[in-house]
Amino acid sequence: MTRKLTYREAMRAAMHEALTNDPRVFLMGEDVGRYGGTYAFSKGFLDEFGPARIRDTPLSELGFVGAGVGAALGGMRPIVEVMTVNFSLLALDQIVNAAALLRHMSGGQFSVPLVIRMATGAGRQLAAQHSHSLEGWYAHIPGIKVLAPATIEDARGMLAPALADPDPVVIFEHCQLFNMEGDLPDECQVDIASAQVRRAGKDVAIITYGGCLPKVLAAAETLAAAGIEAEVLDLRVLRPLDTATLIATVTRCRRALIVDENWKSGGFAAEVMARIMELAFYELDAPVVRVCAEEVPIPYAQHLEAAALPQTDKIVAAVREMLG
Amino acid sequence: MSIDKVVAHSAPPPPSGPVPWDKDFALKRLADMLRIRRLEEKCAELYGTGKIRGFLHLYIGEEAVAAGALAALRPRDNVVATYREHGHALLRGLSMNSIMAEMFGKREGCAKGRGGSMHLFDAATRLYGGNAIVGGGLPLATGLALAARMQGEDRITACFFGDGAVAEGAFHESLNLAALWKLPVLFCCENNLYGMGTAIERAEAQTDLCAKAASYAMPALSCDGMDIVATHATTQEALALAKDGPVFVEYRTYRFRAHSMFDAELYRDKAEIEEWKTRGPLHTFSARLKAGGKLTEEEFLALDAATQREVEAAVAFAEAGTWEPVEEMLADVVSS
Repeated sequence: MTRKLTYREAMRAAMHEALTNDPRVFLMGEDVGRYGGTYAFSKGFLDEFGPARIRDTPLSELGFVGAGVGAALGGMRPIVEVMTVNFSLLALDQIVNAAALLRHMSGGQFSVPLVIRMATGAGRQLAAQHSHSLEGWYAHIPGIKVLAPATIEDARGMLAPALADPDPVVIFEHCQLFNMEGDLPDECQVDIASAQVRRAGKDVAIITYGGCLPKVLAAAETLAAAGIEAEVLDLRVLRPLDTATLIATVTRCRRALIVDENWKSGGFAAEVMARIMELAFYELDAPVVRVCAEEVPIPYAQHLEAAALPQTDKIVAAVREMLG
Repeated sequence: MSIDKVVAHSAPPPPSGPVPWDKDFALKRLADMLRIRRLEEKCAELYGTGKIRGFLHLYIGEEAVAAGALAALRPRDNVVATYREHGHALLRGLSMNSIMAEMFGKREGCAKGRGGSMHLFDAATRLYGGNAIVGGGLPLATGLALAARMQGEDRITACFFGDGAVAEGAFHESLNLAALWKLPVLFCCENNLYGMGTAIERAEAQTDLCAKAASYAMPALSCDGMDIVATHATTQEALALAKDGPVFVEYRTYRFRAHSMFDAELYRDKAEIEEWKTRGPLHTFSARLKAGGKLTEEEFLALDAATQREVEAAVAFAEAGTWEPVEEMLADVVSS
């Protein structure tokens, strides 16, 4: 049995379940309460769970993310919603210098079981300050786990294992996915450890995550119509990275294209490429290729924004060029 | 108000008068301060010989703050400290052995040698570090207090920070959040007049730190940080108030040594340091106890000798310690 729901409804259901099942769980962030969540993820929660557990915060990203770290140290299981990754830059000190370091630096005495959720990505004509895609920055940091749910099942299922994890977990929710609708199996068991093959193929591996997954799957359909079978790998978990599954897919297809919305220089795709070079160089029939965001502040005008981002036609073109 | 206003850097009058404590309590507080002083004097010496490396920030001169404040706290309270936290860790209950071993980088240290001088942690005594980011502890303390409140625990979180932290956004965000949510936090500002080499009047448009804190609608108290009787009494007063929300306490103190071991001290006058040294918390307190008949010279010497033995034993313990095997380095972290 399955039922249809949106990414937004799936994430809301995941939080509802967590709040219902564990009194240590609470939600904190800007406009999560009375407003119902910037993206309506927590609509109705304030009435159901009360103001102690659904906490509207002032516009103090450093303060309330740090308070989330402290509350986790003190025995709670906070879900901190940072409205968007763009504003998380104001909280980086508490994420990088506190949350990520404390367990190791304290000799294993303290852990920070904190979940930080944030919307990410471009595509809604919100201009440069509201269109960042910085997963690669976060995935650079030992001590935190980085998730990028791109399916309804992952939106529904990744939160519970994230909350059960002793370490801080950052969840990137791409804003272009929120209204995506899909089937959710009644039994929803997902992990926060593995990469998943979303489409099997043999001619080329297209490796992606998050908001680019639907674009890649659409490109794979177009390619299939032309007789090219692409295998689509959804990384899902950017740290720790499931290198074994990545290398298995690359080895099967012997060609690899990486698609993500980071800027190309030093972005997450660069790390994926590096691992392929280290571990599967001799399995390759062609150089590894990237389709990433253009290296500009993401523009407002629709045609420029579209041109700056990975798109299905660019992915198709890149594959065709690889295959000669 | 003149924009050229200068904060008085001159020391307050030396603490005087009888100490309103029984002999036992008074001698324990004297021992507290002496243990910090002797431990840190030894640390400075060991830094010179290369046994202790990295950054080392000494608390010498400021002992009355930690000794008075921590004596007022209860074991169930939380403590968040800074990178100048050897004294807080020691008086919170960490053994001198584990502190010294940590500074040697040995696995017998309280953080297995991974943190060093600036990152002393102890879950058993609820010491949440040792934080080397100025202001970094304030949001953590606010969250610890939130957790205590949500779990219905009678627990106050004492957060120590210097005057330098007052310029950080984390200070303002944390005081606002704690006051907004009426969280039981004691914001303990150790105002030693300098953020590293920058004097407070060169960093703050408003040098009255209590006025700043009071603007967040919380009680703000100030006391002579060189007088352990005052630091203890003021902390007790603040603790009583903190049950209903945060309280700010300014301890006006002075660091006798350099900011860290790399500091040539070009930014302050020798005369200023010498003046403050005459208000040193150890000798003024000892003098008051002697004048009140609560301490003899023989008792002081015996206490000092015992403290020196404790320090020597800690050095021997650290020397005999072991190095964490490199293959265990990747434990306790989400690695690749």
